[in-house]
Amino acid sequence: MNNYFKVLRAGINSTFQDLGRFGLQHLGIVASGCMDQLTFCISNKLVGNKISEGALEFAYQGPLIELMGETALMAISGKVNFNIIKKNGETIKGKPNESFLISNGDKIDILSTINSAYGYLSIFGGFKIEEIKGSVSTLVKAKIGPNNGDKLKVGDKIFFNKSYKTDKLKKIQFDFDKDNIIRVMKGLQIHYFSKKSQEDFFSKEYKVTKLTDRMGMRLEGQKLENTVNKNIKSEGITKGSIQIPGDGQPIILLTDHPTIGGYPKIANVITADYDKLVQKTPGTIIKFKLVDLSVAENAFQDYVRKF
Amino acid sequence: MLKKITNIGDCGITCDFGDEVNKNTNKEVIKLFKFIQESVNTRKLKGILNFTPSYNKLIINFELGQIKSQEIIEFIKSSDYSKINLPENKKIVEIPICYDEEFALDIQRLETKTKLNFREIVSKHLETNFFVYMIGFVPGQPFLGDLNKILYHDRLDTPRVKINKGSVGIVEKFCTIYTFESPGGWNIIGRTPFELFNINKKDTSILSPGDTIKFKSISKKEFGSFKNE
Repeated sequence: MNNYFKVLRAGINSTFQDLGRFGLQHLGIVASGCMDQLTFCISNKLVGNKISEGALEFAYQGPLIELMGETALMAISGKVNFNIIKKNGETIKGKPNESFLISNGDKIDILSTINSAYGYLSIFGGFKIEEIKGSVSTLVKAKIGPNNGDKLKVGDKIFFNKSYKTDKLKKIQFDFDKDNIIRVMKGLQIHYFSKKSQEDFFSKEYKVTKLTDRMGMRLEGQKLENTVNKNIKSEGITKGSIQIPGDGQPIILLTDHPTIGGYPKIANVITADYDKLVQKTPGTIIKFKLVDLSVAENAFQDYVRKF
Repeated sequence: MLKKITNIGDCGITCDFGDEVNKNTNKEVIKLFKFIQESVNTRKLKGILNFTPSYNKLIINFELGQIKSQEIIEFIKSSDYSKINLPENKKIVEIPICYDEEFALDIQRLETKTKLNFREIVSKHLETNFFVYMIGFVPGQPFLGDLNKILYHDRLDTPRVKINKGSVGIVEKFCTIYTFESPGGWNIIGRTPFELFNINKKDTSILSPGDTIKFKSISKKEFGSFKNE
């Protein structure tokens, strides 16, 4: 039997993602993958999948989907407001970070993320989606990934493998880091910026703007003065690099970043704070704190313990 | 020569080969790139996620839980990758290009600037064996060099909002081929029907950093009937 979800509303940016597609950046293919790795892994853990199984990522408003087929064990992770609308019309308030069962004709209505950007929907046994070069991650701008490399659209069918399991439902206690301090290390071209601008960057507040998506996060704040050269020879980009284009306002390069770029970079977000960063919504005020490699590596040890 | 290795955040390093952008510098970058690729494929080096060469740098990204930057730096410093011989006489990839006026949006301006006629510009472009410095920005887009000096030209003052897939553009000593429809500021001199990038093929990208290519002029009729294998 073909089990699937009918997409009744697509949501703003709903894509299939896993931990990323690696080893191809030298051909211009960025790893992409889930924005918030910890939250992504939690949705898979809740349904008993391996943590790298492909899940549906949604941003702000998620999809409305109706199950056609056999009962499925599912979970939504993050801070998410959603309802389960039973076949008989009864609406039940959904609980994120807890697994739940849904049956033929039931709908999941993912209304919004709460004070955060991304959430994840996982299903026991995984979605039936095509792996491309070892990953089910979607890179919309290059049309790479399942669902023809595109976002979810109304009318799409999302097929899944047999998903019923009588396990006890699981719950994981979980919350996002509430503070707005993002730890960074010095960037390759930090010396391109005046002493004052370097001090400003590590002490002043920056606001997350609306020009933020899976590719990058544009910030607004104290203008940073480049005293050397506004462009550099194009070089490979690392996720979490903070580049400063000619207008002096920082752009943090996120998961779907271009593979190479020519703006000087003042700093790099440490791995342990990346998930926290991507969940910040437009209007949030953030501050950067300079740390060195040993602090970043120790912070990473604390971060992986949460998985 | 590898000048220095620096950390990029906690999960990347950059190997810097100096400020010069020329083939000799880039060949050193490509040697290290090939060496890392080989070391990853033969599992001598574990936890590497990506390795991205550019004109004068190689950036290596790794999984922090698997390996630390210091281990990779020591691995590179203790190896003799510079002795790798890049295959100089490797087959040259031939790329068809149509210089029809419908595609060559900026050739007229180049004629005025270079004081060469159309035919001369085309022949200068066709005579060059182009070296693939790097691939990227978007999937499969190659950055090629070096153009004949007479064709050096600045970027457009106002980039075009839309450049068609397959368009061939030049800026300074470089030539590129747009593998996706995108905005862009390069001077467009022709278009290729040849598909350089296809994610569904085993060889996703026809070109790889370090390859050599040569353009071959085709008519508009040949352009129209061209079939990608």
